[in-house]
Amino acid sequence: MNNRVNPIPGPDDIARRELANGLVVLARENFNAQSVVLTGLLRTGAIFDTPQTLGLADFGTEALLYGTANRSFEDIHETLEGLGADLEISAGVSSTGFGGKALAEDLGVLLDVLQDALRYPAFPADHVERLRGEYMTSLQMQQHDTRYRAGEAFRALAYPESHPYHYSSDGTLETIPALGRDLLVDYHRRTFGPRDAIVVVVGAVPAEAALDAVEAALGGWTNPDQPPRPAIPPAPALAEVRQTGVVVPGKTQSDLVLGVPGPGRRDPEFHAARLVNNVLGLFGMMGRLGKTVREAQGLAYYSYSLVEGESGPGPWRVMAGVNPANVGRAVESILAEIDRITREPVSEEDLADNKANFTGRLPLQLENNEGVASAILRMERYGLGLDYLRTYAATINALTADDLLAAAQKYFKPGAYALAVAGPDGK
Amino acid sequence: MGASVQKYVLKNGLTVLLKPIHTAPIVSWRVLYRVGSRNERTGQTGVSHWVEHMMFKGTPQFPAGTLDRLVDREGGVWNAHTFIDFTAYFETMPADRIDLALRIEADRMTNAVFAPEEVASERTVIISERQGRENSPLFWLGEEINGAAFRVHPYHHEIIGDMADLESMTRDDLYGHYQRYYKPNNAIAVAVGDFEPEAMLARIEALYGPIPAGELPAPFVRPEPEQRGERRVRVEREGNTAFLQVGYKVPDANHPDWFALAVLESVLGGPGGMGGGSVDNKTCRLYKALVMSEIAAAVNAGLTPTVDPFLFEIVLAVRDGRSLEEAEAALNAEIERIRTEDITQAELDKAIKQARALFAYSTEGVSGQSYWLAICENLGSYEWFETYVDRLSAVTVQDVRAAAEKYFDPRQRTVGWYIPTGDGDYAEGDDEGDEA
Repeated sequence: MNNRVNPIPGPDDIARRELANGLVVLARENFNAQSVVLTGLLRTGAIFDTPQTLGLADFGTEALLYGTANRSFEDIHETLEGLGADLEISAGVSSTGFGGKALAEDLGVLLDVLQDALRYPAFPADHVERLRGEYMTSLQMQQHDTRYRAGEAFRALAYPESHPYHYSSDGTLETIPALGRDLLVDYHRRTFGPRDAIVVVVGAVPAEAALDAVEAALGGWTNPDQPPRPAIPPAPALAEVRQTGVVVPGKTQSDLVLGVPGPGRRDPEFHAARLVNNVLGLFGMMGRLGKTVREAQGLAYYSYSLVEGESGPGPWRVMAGVNPANVGRAVESILAEIDRITREPVSEEDLADNKANFTGRLPLQLENNEGVASAILRMERYGLGLDYLRTYAATINALTADDLLAAAQKYFKPGAYALAVAGPDGK
Repeated sequence: MGASVQKYVLKNGLTVLLKPIHTAPIVSWRVLYRVGSRNERTGQTGVSHWVEHMMFKGTPQFPAGTLDRLVDREGGVWNAHTFIDFTAYFETMPADRIDLALRIEADRMTNAVFAPEEVASERTVIISERQGRENSPLFWLGEEINGAAFRVHPYHHEIIGDMADLESMTRDDLYGHYQRYYKPNNAIAVAVGDFEPEAMLARIEALYGPIPAGELPAPFVRPEPEQRGERRVRVEREGNTAFLQVGYKVPDANHPDWFALAVLESVLGGPGGMGGGSVDNKTCRLYKALVMSEIAAAVNAGLTPTVDPFLFEIVLAVRDGRSLEEAEAALNAEIERIRTEDITQAELDKAIKQARALFAYSTEGVSGQSYWLAICENLGSYEWFETYVDRLSAVTVQDVRAAAEKYFDPRQRTVGWYIPTGDGDYAEGDDEGDEA
């Protein structure tokens, strides 16, 4: 069956329905494979953690699939795995995402397990305690993961204690043992609800039938106590160099993260920042950073940069894995390249190449149902409009070299960045 | 899964597989060479992987640095993958730009430069790649397991290579490997996506047809002697989590027992993915016996389709407060149970349904399909992929029992312990706020 459809989703082929309880459902058909993907989010997450309950959202959300009022742990997973289906629910900072996949014939079952977990989690004590032990082991393993440690240390440096991005949403070896079952129950009761939630279905299911199925599963959900949609505050720009080293004994490579608080997804500089970041640390095998740090000097296997563009001011950061003896040289090279994007406009050739890269790769990002579902979710989540992808090329092509320079200058100030290094000697 | 595969062999021996799928305006082009770390001699371990890196360092037509920019400018993605059995290169491009991918791969099949200065700078990159992997406890444990399980066969070393060889490899070693193995008659080329087969084949003929076939070296094959006794390794390094890894010798992907082993993988550790999606493993036997019993924090079992006999691997992270001895005893009890008792029909049915779902997921995108068609052709025939679900569905409860009895013989296993040393102490610098 070869059904050619417009590869770029738009208002004419995305079905959308707002339910009475405030939940928004979107669906797009794809009958080229017999599978269906489900993705979406609720407006709760680690932003409701306190310094004393760090990890509550993450741990509590993971426990949703460990038993409900209607299904035991075994029932939930026999149902899913018996169908070859998969379902995950995980907490972010200001949202809690979920994603599932099944054969199209099993969408109803997948939705039923999802609504059961979101609405009626039982947090059975025995399974919660088992999960806690697994969670603690995982946290301990992360203590010996240099990339993880560098990333966490960077966040703590780059964001003030008053900002949710300062903290590890995974929690700590101290906070997780103190999160009793009552706290999990309370967290769920207080913050889970359908208002402003989004569910997206993409796959071999008629769009209207998909909307009906979601409405049948989640349309009856209410929570009068659901708080207003949480907002992530802006982050103050850094005014100086902040640097820390984390000692992880026995490692042969150091990982480093260097960066600043960057633009949020809705900030006007977002596209310009992403495009100039592409020049800096992605385009043509990791951009200018790849050329200098990896190719020319052979200092690192990986050296690249990202603009996260989250609901709030996500980090704009460079990451690299280098031999401990080369950390100083690598940092020097990275700073030189950051300095360059704040001083020199990118060349016309670089601008044209990077624009072509952004616009040309769109069909590849929509290769499978997950890619399409994620794109639709982003459009709805950030209010970009359902024609966003169809007008994306025009948006990108309107950017100028001066726009890119201004975005780099806004976020990267001379002598102001956070640097975290994790390795055998902490530097 | 849409149109069927068309197979051609050019006069120079290049195998070509074409699978047109017109659902999205993209094409995945993949060229696989039938050489991987299984063909490497001691002293040159890691040469396949390092050659893969050098293939991105330019040709006279596409000098170093231009290829990355060209592919990215056209909105494509490209990469390469070195495995024990092969080295493969791919581009997924907007359909109207795929000619660039065809030209790149034809060009670098014969014209890669291997400039000495590029070899020198890549040495530290490769060493850095290995050091990055060394930061993971499971890298060290896996390296020791393979080294013990394969005394003779080159599956004994890691794909990345031994550090001693990475430090001593010469430009001539690398270029010699390239010249020996990068021949059309040692390659499989696969296109999946939005193209017309006749025009695509004509273009492939035009670009690849003139490349002369080469005389391939006699395959470097050192069959592993039968293992008649358990082997054990210990790795003692810094850390705070203990890991247990066990590998049982199992046959190659073309062996009649392979699909019974795939069912065993599903029943014991959860089904293996085929790209495009995965299924969790919270109902498999090892999860119930090891994780729900609070001995392990996580467990995985894996079966890999390979050219030569390889390993059925089981890896678990031991929970804090529990011991490797307990974990090994519990694992061995489960293995013994599946050797001595039939699995249930329900377990078999679940494995088949899971395979059907995973196969459907794998057909959503073109990149995953070009990957599977290429590696399956390398195993013997692309039909291995296309008939996967049917062959797995033909497995019986008795087949599974027989395979378990035969292959989970304790004498054919290699057991590895990762023993964390120190008290897990770690220190964090306190120089926050200092000037750099």
